[in-house]
Amino acid sequence: MPLPKPPPDPPPANGAPANGPVDERAIAAQVPRLRRYAAALAGNLSDADDLVQDCIEKALANRHTLRDVTRLGGWLLSILHNLHVSGLRWRRRRGPEVPVEDLANDLALSAAPADRAEVRDFVRAFNQLSEEHRAVLLLTGLEGLSYREAAEVLGVPVGTVMSRLARARERLRVLLDGGTEQAVRRIK
Amino acid sequence: MDTEPDAPVTEADLHAWMDGELPEERRGEVERHLAGNPDLARRFDRYRAQRAMLQDTFGPLIDRPLPAALVPPYARTAGRPAVRPRRWLPALAGAAVLLVFVAGGAGGWWLRGWSGGVGGGGAAFVADAVAAHRVFAVEVRHPVEVGADQETHLVGWLSKRLGKPLRAPRLAGKGYDLVGGRLLSDAQGPAAQLMYQDAAGRRITLYIRPASGAPDTSFRFAQDGNVQAFYWRDNGLAWAVTGDLDRVTLSAIAEEVYGALNS
Repeated sequence: MPLPKPPPDPPPANGAPANGPVDERAIAAQVPRLRRYAAALAGNLSDADDLVQDCIEKALANRHTLRDVTRLGGWLLSILHNLHVSGLRWRRRRGPEVPVEDLANDLALSAAPADRAEVRDFVRAFNQLSEEHRAVLLLTGLEGLSYREAAEVLGVPVGTVMSRLARARERLRVLLDGGTEQAVRRIK
Repeated sequence: MDTEPDAPVTEADLHAWMDGELPEERRGEVERHLAGNPDLARRFDRYRAQRAMLQDTFGPLIDRPLPAALVPPYARTAGRPAVRPRRWLPALAGAAVLLVFVAGGAGGWWLRGWSGGVGGGGAAFVADAVAAHRVFAVEVRHPVEVGADQETHLVGWLSKRLGKPLRAPRLAGKGYDLVGGRLLSDAQGPAAQLMYQDAAGRRITLYIRPASGAPDTSFRFAQDGNVQAFYWRDNGLAWAVTGDLDRVTLSAIAEEVYGALNS
């Protein structure tokens, strides 16, 4: 799996362990957020934990390639995203996936009693979306990334982020509210 | 988004507007367009509601306690995959008393909304509930002080000591019948334990203590070895439902208790 955008800085010349600006603590601070994204994307917590663990390892092994610490969050998200995409085929071969019902029930318990049914329905509907649609909704709607940042994480042009987002929102609207899908005009 | 200010409004413009990515000079045009197209405006209202739902639903995941493998120090041998347990299970974490909540590196998040000792809830509360469950659920000869045959007396007595009207919820629908209850004391003062048992002799306990502060009806979950608990705070009381059951079964019972108390 190619790592996203390794900046051209060479690793330390003396062969000593890379002692770049990114350390375990900086990565650890991002882990709760990574895990949230991974759980929502994968539809269950156990796959999310595996993904985040792989992501941490990959990030630590390659931390000398990231010089701009302010980009750590996006860099980690893009590593996680690539791991997830490359893991999808493998997981399909592995057999039945962990049902999303567990996550739906789990998240419903965090909601006020009156909202629990709605939360369950939402998690089920969200899980029916394609991988691409889930990712773009989460990155922009939950992680608060700009279109440009989301495009970098996903490794696609900004225009693709916008058209995916439009289709994902419409698809989810139909899943939640019923009715027919509006033909969302092609966005350049 | 380098469109002319008065170019026709596109779907892309509308999403960019909703996401705060539309240039200032274009916003007026988009808003006018929406005002003149109620169907379109409704659709984007739904998108906005959808985005709020996404945040409300998945947002709390960030507060979850992390499994040990995701807490530093990370076993790192750059370039070589570390040997590590996958599918981490709380029960394998080994520590004799390991409340999952306590393992959270995020620091004190689970007390959010709970004023700890003062409020009569939170981690200390659930630890007391779990400890009481462990002590009495295995008791053969004296599991309770007052049996279910004197339920009215039991409930009246415990209500008086806790200073709050108490009820013993019916859990027969879940296969559990009241065995009875007892008065306990913990660092906060009086607490009550109600015990239920199913046909196979499995026991769950409800642990109740007065709680000040605002209700917090979100269920919280804690685990200590194979004992699990759901707890919340409502109507001036903190409640914990504790049992040696799988999480889904126990959560259904907790929902039943909550429902019975609020019916």
